[in-house]
Amino acid sequence: MSREEHNKWAYSIPGKLALNYIYYLGDFNTKFFTELRDNKRILGVKCPKCNRVYMPPRSVCGRCLSKLDEWVELSDKGTLLSYTVVNYSEPYQPTAPPIVYGIIKLDGADTGFTHLLSEVDAEKLRIGMRVQAVFKDKREANIQDIKYFKPI
Amino acid sequence: MTKKVAIVAVAQTKYEENYYRQSELVYQCVEKVLDETGLTFQEGKGIDSAVTASDDFWDARTISDTPIGDVVGAHYRTEEKVAQDGAQAAFYAYMEILSGHSDIVLVTAHCKESQPISRNIITNAGFDPYFQRSLGLDHLVAAALQAKRYMQTYGITREQCAKAVVKSHKNGKNNPYVTKARNVTVEDVLDSKMLASPISELDIHPVTDGACALIIAEEEKAKKITDNLVWIKGASDCYDAFYLGDRDLANCDSLVSAAKRAYEMAGIKNPSKEIDVAEISTRYSYQEPLWTEGLGFCGRGEGGKLLDEGITEMGGEIPVNPSGGVLVGCPYITAGLARVVEIALQLRGDAGARQVSGAKVGLAHGTSGPCGQLHCVLILGK
Repeated sequence: MSREEHNKWAYSIPGKLALNYIYYLGDFNTKFFTELRDNKRILGVKCPKCNRVYMPPRSVCGRCLSKLDEWVELSDKGTLLSYTVVNYSEPYQPTAPPIVYGIIKLDGADTGFTHLLSEVDAEKLRIGMRVQAVFKDKREANIQDIKYFKPI
Repeated sequence: MTKKVAIVAVAQTKYEENYYRQSELVYQCVEKVLDETGLTFQEGKGIDSAVTASDDFWDARTISDTPIGDVVGAHYRTEEKVAQDGAQAAFYAYMEILSGHSDIVLVTAHCKESQPISRNIITNAGFDPYFQRSLGLDHLVAAALQAKRYMQTYGITREQCAKAVVKSHKNGKNNPYVTKARNVTVEDVLDSKMLASPISELDIHPVTDGACALIIAEEEKAKKITDNLVWIKGASDCYDAFYLGDRDLANCDSLVSAAKRAYEMAGIKNPSKEIDVAEISTRYSYQEPLWTEGLGFCGRGEGGKLLDEGITEMGGEIPVNPSGGVLVGCPYITAGLARVVEIALQLRGDAGARQVSGAKVGLAHGTSGPCGQLHCVLILGK
């Protein structure tokens, strides 16, 4: 039975959970976002044991459980590991579709991180493409201080 | 010596949008397994405890099992909730019996995908608020990023993935619990609306609501309940990293590990030869070739070939998803436990028009998190 048919006779209650909440970044990522906002620097963190440089940074290596505190400055340029063009619209999306997402491995990092791509012809997207971060002029210490990545 | 544990009863609802409350859906299944076994919740003689699978965000309330307790015998009794895929609930219930804590356990799972304004808004909330959520990531975006990486790495085509959709719809017509199966061609899939390249509308599991349940018991008690027992021979799970960029998205190494441990426990050395039937959780079409690679049914990058050669069709060497699987509709949370239910039906010989004849060993798989972060594998046998 379709929802339309049910709605002819089945009662329902409209629900809305408005969950206002403050997510603290913690000591560790406060440093990351401070550098991003004030100096347009993207920092990774290096594991002393397995030598992997993580981006996004985190305080514990998920692989070997080492405590991580060696910050490494990463390039604002990187390589595209994957991408998708999104053609649907949702209230939580930062812009109207089409929205291009990519997994970008910044030079100096061993892991990729997911962000937006723009100034790009969807037909020309390819894995391995070189991209560069475009920063917002007015930065607020959040991940969208990087506006998007564009091809170089 | 590890105890032997058997599935003694299974039940599921139809998978369709419906007006039932979550607890009503669960009770429809609980009623069936109680009727089938004659079990009660009498202490020491009946069902000892329940493991239920549900999720706070999907049910839009905290502690989503609070209304479920009353329908699974948890009044003044025990119940544990698994807040992820239902295959994990079966795995935990199995461990509960192996530990000696319980002898007979009821397992349920439910989800109503039709009640949030979209499924994406629920899965967006699963991404961390610091680096990912505000960018608009959701499970569909994550799946598309994996699909692109996987398909390009191994030259898997959209046509090959579409064959998984066609097979699911074809098989789903034989399953009375499936309501979304129809005549779908590879062209229909390729021509359907592109939502997140390379994933188009028909590559995605349709919206459904549903629940399922099973009862498992240790050997002595199980034998008193029914003669048609299905044994849990092995089970395991494995997590991959949370961040997509930490993972090797072209492969599913956490599934490889989960399967390896489950196979070792079940004494399976050559899965593609020894497993007669598999039910795997594929929310997106590319996941069928990728997961079959992870399960070792073929080598890396060969999952498309399995579909091309009909090896996973009904009548093939290793039928995958005779029920139609998740690609014809089976909601989050419920999907993995429903795979266990389907394999139990296959091994009991109760799978009707979707029966794989003579099936003796089956594999059920569930997954949680964005694009296969957590995998759970159960091996069942007669």
